[in-house]
Amino acid sequence: MAVVKVTRPKLNSGEKMYLGAIMKGFVITMKHAIASLRGKTRGASDLASSGLGATMQYPEQKWDEHLPEYYRGAPALVTDEQDRERCVSCQLCEFICPPKAIKITPGEIPSDDPWAKVEKRPKEFEIDMIRCIYCGMCEEVCPEQAIYLRKDYAITGLSRADMVHDKKKLYEIGGKRVGLVNKWNELK
Amino acid sequence: MSDNAATVEAKLPKDLAAEKGLVNVQIDGVWHQLPRGMRMIEACKIAQKEVPHYCYHPKLTAPGNCRMCLVQMGMPPRPAPGQEPTFDADGYQPIGWMPRPVIACANTVTENMGIRTTGELVEKCREGVMEFLLINHPLDCPICDQAGECRLQEFSVQHGKGASRFVDMKVKKPKNVDIGPRIRLDDERCIMCSRCIRFMDEVAGDPVLGFTQRGTHTTLTVHPGRKLDSNYSLNTVDICPVGALTSNDFRFQMRVWFLKETKSIDVNCGTGSNITIWTRGNKVHRITPRQNDDVNSTWMPDSHRLNFHYIDSEARLSAPLVKIAGTHAAAHWNEAITATVTALKTFQPSEIAIIASARMTNEELFLTRALADALGTGQFTTVPRTGEADELLVSADRNPNTTGAQLVWQTSDTAGAMFGIREGVRSGAIKALLVLGEDLTDAGFTAEEIAKPEFIASIQLLAGPTAEASDVVLPGAAFVEKRGSMVNVTGRLQRLNRALEPLGDARDDWEILRDLVLAIQGGQPGDGPATIEDVFKSMAEGTAEFAGLSLSKIGDLGQPVTETGIKIPLLENERARKAAGLING
Amino acid sequence: MDLATLLIILAKVIGLTFMVVLPLVPISVYFERRFSAIIQDRVGPNRVGVPLTLLGAKKDFSFFGLIQPMADGLKLFLKEDFTPSHVRKAFYWLAPALTVVPSLVTVCVVPFGSDLVVNGEHHKLVIADLDVGPLFIFAISSLTVYGITLAGWSSNSKFPFIGGVRSTAQMISYEIALGLSIVPVLLYYGDLNLSNIVQKQADNGWLLLPLWGASAPWNNGGDYTAWLFWIPAMIAFVIFTTSVFAETNRMPFDLPECETELVGGYHTEYSSMKFAMFFMGEYAAMVIGSALVVTLFLGGWSLGFGIDAAISDVTVFGVGIGGLIHMAIFMAKVVAFILFFILVRWTVPRFRYDQLMRLGWVIFFEAALINVFLAALVVAAPQYGPAITVGGLIVLAIVTGALVWVLKVSERKALPAAA
Repeated sequence: MAVVKVTRPKLNSGEKMYLGAIMKGFVITMKHAIASLRGKTRGASDLASSGLGATMQYPEQKWDEHLPEYYRGAPALVTDEQDRERCVSCQLCEFICPPKAIKITPGEIPSDDPWAKVEKRPKEFEIDMIRCIYCGMCEEVCPEQAIYLRKDYAITGLSRADMVHDKKKLYEIGGKRVGLVNKWNELK
Repeated sequence: MSDNAATVEAKLPKDLAAEKGLVNVQIDGVWHQLPRGMRMIEACKIAQKEVPHYCYHPKLTAPGNCRMCLVQMGMPPRPAPGQEPTFDADGYQPIGWMPRPVIACANTVTENMGIRTTGELVEKCREGVMEFLLINHPLDCPICDQAGECRLQEFSVQHGKGASRFVDMKVKKPKNVDIGPRIRLDDERCIMCSRCIRFMDEVAGDPVLGFTQRGTHTTLTVHPGRKLDSNYSLNTVDICPVGALTSNDFRFQMRVWFLKETKSIDVNCGTGSNITIWTRGNKVHRITPRQNDDVNSTWMPDSHRLNFHYIDSEARLSAPLVKIAGTHAAAHWNEAITATVTALKTFQPSEIAIIASARMTNEELFLTRALADALGTGQFTTVPRTGEADELLVSADRNPNTTGAQLVWQTSDTAGAMFGIREGVRSGAIKALLVLGEDLTDAGFTAEEIAKPEFIASIQLLAGPTAEASDVVLPGAAFVEKRGSMVNVTGRLQRLNRALEPLGDARDDWEILRDLVLAIQGGQPGDGPATIEDVFKSMAEGTAEFAGLSLSKIGDLGQPVTETGIKIPLLENERARKAAGLING
Repeated sequence: MDLATLLIILAKVIGLTFMVVLPLVPISVYFERRFSAIIQDRVGPNRVGVPLTLLGAKKDFSFFGLIQPMADGLKLFLKEDFTPSHVRKAFYWLAPALTVVPSLVTVCVVPFGSDLVVNGEHHKLVIADLDVGPLFIFAISSLTVYGITLAGWSSNSKFPFIGGVRSTAQMISYEIALGLSIVPVLLYYGDLNLSNIVQKQADNGWLLLPLWGASAPWNNGGDYTAWLFWIPAMIAFVIFTTSVFAETNRMPFDLPECETELVGGYHTEYSSMKFAMFFMGEYAAMVIGSALVVTLFLGGWSLGFGIDAAISDVTVFGVGIGGLIHMAIFMAKVVAFILFFILVRWTVPRFRYDQLMRLGWVIFFEAALINVFLAALVVAAPQYGPAITVGGLIVLAIVTGALVWVLKVSERKALPAAA
């Protein structure tokens, strides 16, 4: 890294007194306070402010309408148009997951299942939402387009066990996703 | 330089090499001296130039059918009649490079040969071969068990094109074919390398596999009416470069990239095949053979490699048990050891016998001897265990450490006291039994005889009749949970390494033995050896064969320490084929 | 001393300490949180109130979150009071009390209002009308440093120890400036009784606002002493206020507990009510500091402009409640000054420790010392005539110049060797 030498600015005696700068600081601080009290904080309208400052009042007002397209909420598993579990338990997400939140127990699809040709699916799929850091690596690494970060952000529970999303819960959050690449079509 | 410059000048490199029976080969611009008749692919391996390959296996013949190992070869131009060969400043002839590649696996090196493992021609060839191989490959890596250790994956990353130009329909072939009790075949993934066919033919001596159909429809099948049920069938899974053959036992259990590899040895028979234990967390997921050309080449029997599921089975004992009023209750280690020693002290030394096991490591056997000395009893034995040898790797001696017991106890018959002890138990002369890692039923005791001794303490792995009859049960460690050494039937000292922590409250056997010895001698905890290395050291002091060795000096491949005259048939076969020039590795 | 007097004293102690000053602590915490939130474009605690929805009402009664301090207090009470095993227990337990008690003891000399007249008897709204008020305050409040030092040392842990050491050095350093800076004020009033000082300000104009009564030149026959004294008074005010900041370990002088360097400083190892006592001690010190500044410089309980006498005479049902009105005025001033404290906290960044020491020893100490002589000159000027006054001023200017020069020379750093 290049070293940039910065020379200290030469202060005149007035500046050295420091009081002027403090006064200026008071003015800035008070300006913020007054703007805040008048509901004129910068960005207040964009951020759907509740009137004081730029803050939204959470349980009454919610982000849902304002969530950007790229928002990363709870990771969940999806099924496709034909209600097939897209996950084949390749365990790449388990491998990539930085906080080791994902735990997959692979299982074989029984031969009488209509999707027996896929051969493999998760027997159990658990995401520990206490550990999850919502980084989206699992979504990025998934070769089957099976795991997506949804916009659910209010993940709560009364115990640690509540916070572990099992396979059922994950499909419940994920729901059906259409328009994905169908690797397991009738040709396959 | 000045002293022998004259002699060097007088002799060309080819003459110098020829004196040693070698030839000069230039590999990627560097000259090497290599034995005549060596395969080019092996030569490149020695020169540390990797040549990608699928069908070639050093222990099998080379049919040269995968075409992946194409390299560029060059020879000195043939001199015109009357023309003398020219030599450059270093004494080598100029190399005339051939315009077409050759397969490195089936051609041998000769004098003044040149090999190029890189370059446009070679790289284009590999790219083309990869594209052909992937035409009908299903690319179901997310499902395939081989993913992570798949040569097709690796080489397509290193040498492939990245995208397919193939627009037609892929050929459909049978999937999920049940070809044997332990093996599943996926023909779509097969790249027709024929390694499995050659293995079953040449090594296992049971040629049940073969190709049918032609061209892109070539299919690997098992002979009609037969199954791939040889005791060596799982080796085909190991050598399959793709996921065409998968093990039923390991199928869909765990991805290989999660598994930790621990080098150890097999304990199911006297051969002591070298193995790799694949674990994740505190669970063994599979065991595969590890190359050791002095023990098991690169193979191992199915019966041995699948024999690990008992380690975390329901029957596994995980806490010390003390029998109070006829029922076992879990106890602390201190209580269990004290209960054992207190009970033993109420007997005369002649009333106590120790039944040890040749499945124990040398260190444990050494401590068993120390225990016998501390108790003052001379009645200690191992339990002989024999089976049928299979003329390949399975030895008739099903105890892995019989030779080791002989060396450590300094006796040629470690089971000599067995008969006397059994008689003593029967007659009631022996009132207390100490059973170390053995099952009394295996030792030939009947149910009435097991019930006879007043006191039985045992180190056990699994619940069973012996544990049931024991007044104190001390849970020991399985072979994957141990570090220690064993000597195989050929007299080779090999090392077990710890892949897992002992299950639950179970302890390493040598620690239990040490604590028993200490408790009998009235020593303080901490007086005894602190590590298994210390035990080996004291053992090596008293055993001439182990002199100068330590556990770490044994190395991953073991050290020959004694001569027993026993040979491993599979290795003999391999040497014969090598001598015949069939294989190279 | 009869029973009635005792009861009155007890009533004053309980009333003023526990019903006026102590409630100010949570209130200032609330103001701190709310005001800082507003400064930072946030909302701050606005939720805690009466959960009427639980009782079936449509809306909760949140009361702007004013109940938040109570909730905080309750939380601190209910937390586990954990004593680490490695601490020196006796001192560890003593330290929080040593921090909070001196702050509360100093309350007893602060005049909260003018007299309360009950049955024709005048009761001063001050617990102890001492004639050495400021000295008493300094004597007692300097004991606070023991609490902090003991907390840092007895915690037997690195960060608290550093915090404690920093605090000791800082408080001792600034006590000098604190003490010296009010000498001009005392010179001016010639009195050490805080009640009298406030009474004088009520009658003759505040120290920093000499616009009525005897201090206004149009009332006293052209004596500009009070107006001239405004200069040393202002210097004293700045130094005193700044030193109060330093004494209370507030931003920008909160080095003993700066989170970025010392985790929590001297109270890192404390939890539950022990921590709360440090917290209370700090805010009580802030309240007392504000009260002192208001008392000495800003007219205490007086409203000013000569209407205090009228207020004092307000009588309702035969009880002279003028004192209570004055107390309200005093409280308003104190709260305003606390808001100033908060404003400073969110405006001025933390000093570096050497800067802090330099400010205390090199600048404030000298400035306060010179200010004493300046004030003396101003006060004495009418008696000694212009010649001596001008001479004194010249000598003072030379001394000041010399001091500044010495300061500069001593600060000159060795130039780094040419690279």
